[in-house]
Amino acid sequence: MKPKVAIFEFGCCEGCQLQLVNLEEKLLDLVEMVDVVSWREASSEHHEGPYDVTFVEGTITREEEIERLKKIREDSKFLIALGACAHLGGVNCNKNVMDQEEVRRYVYGDKASWFPSILARPLSAVVKVDYAIPGCPIDKEEFLQVVTALLLGKEVRLPNYPVCVECKKANNICVFEKGLFCLGPITRAGCGARCPSFGARCIGCRGLVDEPNVEAHKEVMTTYGLDLEDVMKKYRLFWGYLEVGK
Amino acid sequence: MNLEINVHHVTRVEGHGNIVVKVENGQIKETRWEVPEAPRFFEAMVRGHHYSDAPYLVSRVCGICSIAHTFAALQAIEDALEIVLDEESLLLRKLLLHAETLQSHILHVGYLALPDFLGVPNVIPLAKTHKDELLTIVRLHRLANEMSDAIGGRTTHPVNTVVGGWTKVPDREVLKHFQVRLREAISDIKSLVDFCTTLEIPDFERETEYIALYDPNEYAFYGGQIASTDEDKKTPLRDYRNKIEEFIVPYSTAKRTKSLRSSYMVGALARFNINYKLLSPLAQECAEKLGLKPRCYNTFMNNIAQIVESAHAIEESIRIIDELLKRPPKANWYKGKGKPGRGVGAVEAPRGLLIHEYVLDDEGRVKGANLVVPTNENHQNIEEDLKAYLPKLLGKPKEEITHKLEMLVRAYDPCISCSTHLLRIEWE
Repeated sequence: MKPKVAIFEFGCCEGCQLQLVNLEEKLLDLVEMVDVVSWREASSEHHEGPYDVTFVEGTITREEEIERLKKIREDSKFLIALGACAHLGGVNCNKNVMDQEEVRRYVYGDKASWFPSILARPLSAVVKVDYAIPGCPIDKEEFLQVVTALLLGKEVRLPNYPVCVECKKANNICVFEKGLFCLGPITRAGCGARCPSFGARCIGCRGLVDEPNVEAHKEVMTTYGLDLEDVMKKYRLFWGYLEVGK
Repeated sequence: MNLEINVHHVTRVEGHGNIVVKVENGQIKETRWEVPEAPRFFEAMVRGHHYSDAPYLVSRVCGICSIAHTFAALQAIEDALEIVLDEESLLLRKLLLHAETLQSHILHVGYLALPDFLGVPNVIPLAKTHKDELLTIVRLHRLANEMSDAIGGRTTHPVNTVVGGWTKVPDREVLKHFQVRLREAISDIKSLVDFCTTLEIPDFERETEYIALYDPNEYAFYGGQIASTDEDKKTPLRDYRNKIEEFIVPYSTAKRTKSLRSSYMVGALARFNINYKLLSPLAQECAEKLGLKPRCYNTFMNNIAQIVESAHAIEESIRIIDELLKRPPKANWYKGKGKPGRGVGAVEAPRGLLIHEYVLDDEGRVKGANLVVPTNENHQNIEEDLKAYLPKLLGKPKEEITHKLEMLVRAYDPCISCSTHLLRIEWE
């Protein structure tokens, strides 16, 4: 029997699921090996669990979503966080450091009470997550690698070295030298240093490497002229849930 | 007749939306379009971030039109900082925006709406019945995505397009490569147009206001002024609040908007109704073949307008690349600390007029933000369309009514947050 696969989402831009579509024919090969039983955007078909592999995109931002995610977990043999929102809490956690009532009022004015919301959190804050495919958005090739490993019953391993390693391999000039404040030294590689290779800086969408030397990185950032408050804001872009650097 | 329809989470649209209909003894009691999407509070979250980080953050509003969001943000910030973009950088932005428009339109028409018009539940059966058409769609979709990758560094959430310009620009060979493929794509879009002439478009007209960007020199996608089919007056971007009023209803987390009437429509059909004279020759030829004439009040024709605009995006991209080969763009951007100011930027996202507004403090950090997003602009119009369309359907079987109403919603290509469609195509 083909493994049953489901895809669900919470608060997010759904850009990670778009990467699956962008696989074009490769998605078709994949679909020959699995049975996709629930994917709202793709099909009106929906089958209840149990599922063998469940991909979940997005951040938990509402009380009722906690129960929904727990049910998904119960129904799933493997639960995989798809992308930065699910994996890290991602950009949605930028509101966590603010006064929550003020945040709601700022967007919805005197109708704020119509839209209850809780502190944004990654899936792992609510349930056990078996694997995460990092990135904002995910890299479609990495997605294929993870799925292939799972189908073969192999362990999924993410690179545990910083983006700088891949950046050096790509022969890029360090973007600090161009006056850009890069998070590459403490961000997990695997993207092929995509952003520095396009002349831009790493903004940390893949999350931290294990045992990152945050203090040393803060020092580098301030040496290049950024004040500490702004360093924290750059960390917060994707790492707000962890309060990295605090 | 009694009827209760509750389409919880309409499928084959991007994001979450519900249609609620109640009919008692032949009387329509309720017709509602609900958006229960999780609120994410971007306008609040972006505050405090430096102008150089804000566009990266707000790009994440939408996975399918992240390029449009990035450009609306960059334009607004450049307006606030009084930065004038050089001509080549601007042309390159317009090229990247065309790539996104093409990607999004082809995705929607090809994978999402087409099954409706052909009376099948999803795209799968088309692999057998319409294999060539589907291959054409996949080719166009891939071309658009590869253009975004090569120019913007990534299909979704571009990386090298920053305040004041670009951190990296595509070299001549890359531009030439895509120009060749775009020229080849002309025959693809023509055959798609021929195929679309065979589709039976539901006949439903409701007069409404259409709003889109206007630029006397081109079919506006990037910047310009705000124009409406209800008035000759054009509104400068900075005065957008005079033209567009935002409001909230309790059953939707998405804001709504109105202008001169109780609702208005944005998107491909709105742009066509306002700017049709400025379409490229190929696009005009396609419109004629498809029987799309201004002023068109049939919402279902929005999908046809998307095909016409796809032709425009292809032809315009070829022309822009010609220009860029004559005067190549350079990697150059604004590196200043920033200063206080207010700025407004607007682009036509695939789904319609997108406006970003920011207020910056003396350190160049965002102090205030407001985003007017196309699908939010359409929500009220969707609901009013549903109200007008339902009476014409009463008496038909529930299944057919439900399907037609869903189809009407899909015609808007609603991008409630953003996602997509396409799964399990079986190739012979």
